[in-house]
Amino acid sequence: MVQLTLPKNSKIRTGKTWPKPDGAKRLKKFMIYRYNPDDGENPRVDTYFVDLDTCGPMVLDALIKIKNEIDPTLTFRRSCREGICGSCAMNIDGQNHLACIFGIDEVKGDVKIYPLPHMAVVKDLIPDLTHFYAQHASIKPWLETRSAPPAKEWKQSIEDRKKLDGLYECVMCACCSTSCPSYWWNEDRYLGPATLLHAYRWIIDSRDEATGERLDNLEDPFKLYRCHTIMNCAQTCPKGLNPAKAIAEIKKLQVERQV
Amino acid sequence: MRYMTDRKRATGLGSARSGTGHFWEQRVSSIALLILTPLFLFPLAYNMGDGYESVRAAYGHPINATVAVAFMLTAFLHFFQGIQVVIEDYIHGRLELVLIITMRLMSASFALIGTIAILKIFFGA
Repeated sequence: MVQLTLPKNSKIRTGKTWPKPDGAKRLKKFMIYRYNPDDGENPRVDTYFVDLDTCGPMVLDALIKIKNEIDPTLTFRRSCREGICGSCAMNIDGQNHLACIFGIDEVKGDVKIYPLPHMAVVKDLIPDLTHFYAQHASIKPWLETRSAPPAKEWKQSIEDRKKLDGLYECVMCACCSTSCPSYWWNEDRYLGPATLLHAYRWIIDSRDEATGERLDNLEDPFKLYRCHTIMNCAQTCPKGLNPAKAIAEIKKLQVERQV
Repeated sequence: MRYMTDRKRATGLGSARSGTGHFWEQRVSSIALLILTPLFLFPLAYNMGDGYESVRAAYGHPINATVAVAFMLTAFLHFFQGIQVVIEDYIHGRLELVLIITMRLMSASFALIGTIAILKIFFGA
């Protein structure tokens, strides 16, 4: 259901401004969303100053520097620091992106960092992705076959393998789904761009034998047809993928098998 | 607190096995309206300023009347399907159901009123 204002317990207060580091020449101001479920208080935005001369180039470098040198309580997910694990997805300068591949110099002015939009927050920059992962699991993101397994391997032509390009690269960071207004208002029933992109990845896999069942399970006014081609997903994807196109292809297949 | 697994919550009531018809009809009716809207408005624009009787006579022509009836039915079907999607997007629960039924009745009524009005002109009543 559409919500036009934040619930009472999510209204953001002004937080603490941490002291500037001594002797820094190139200072950058970071305004970061903080929320601690244990203190019973509303979220706040804390202000930090980072010396760019002693910091790596990416937003994640700055976050790690803040955690190491200024405020060890700052909480965020990170792992690979090269855009392959999808852990450090957050809203940076108004756009969902992976902090590890988003350059600090790409932000003009102060760097404002929030957790992924319209998700329950576990702590600080960590959103609760439980439902998002369960939706992904619900489309059975694995090869489904009925035929007897071949002696060696399921073969695929070079042309058919090419159809998976632009789909298999998705790292499930949730940037797209949490940028989608349809997902904001209907995340309980709409599967969202990330899950639908994965669904399409298996639908067009030449080796998969459950194509019909996969299409059956997606044919639903909410699961699939909540997508109104808003295109926020394609615009925000840190890997440059186009979930909107994948969803359009699923709709085309749904029409193709009925008309 | 409900002891429901995440997977159960994500699957919900399962797939409705419908929705493609609605999606396809909306696309087809929008293309139909691209053609029907100018054809419907043309007799009106052509007779602009010529007075009430000439416009009446224009819609008395079988082709114009057929186009006008087709326009009424297509336009209100398209309107209802569009507004249904908007309601489903933003409003949930009992109000959603009430609004969808109300809009369906309203669209059907307007389509009927428009059709009867055109037929009335056509048959010269």
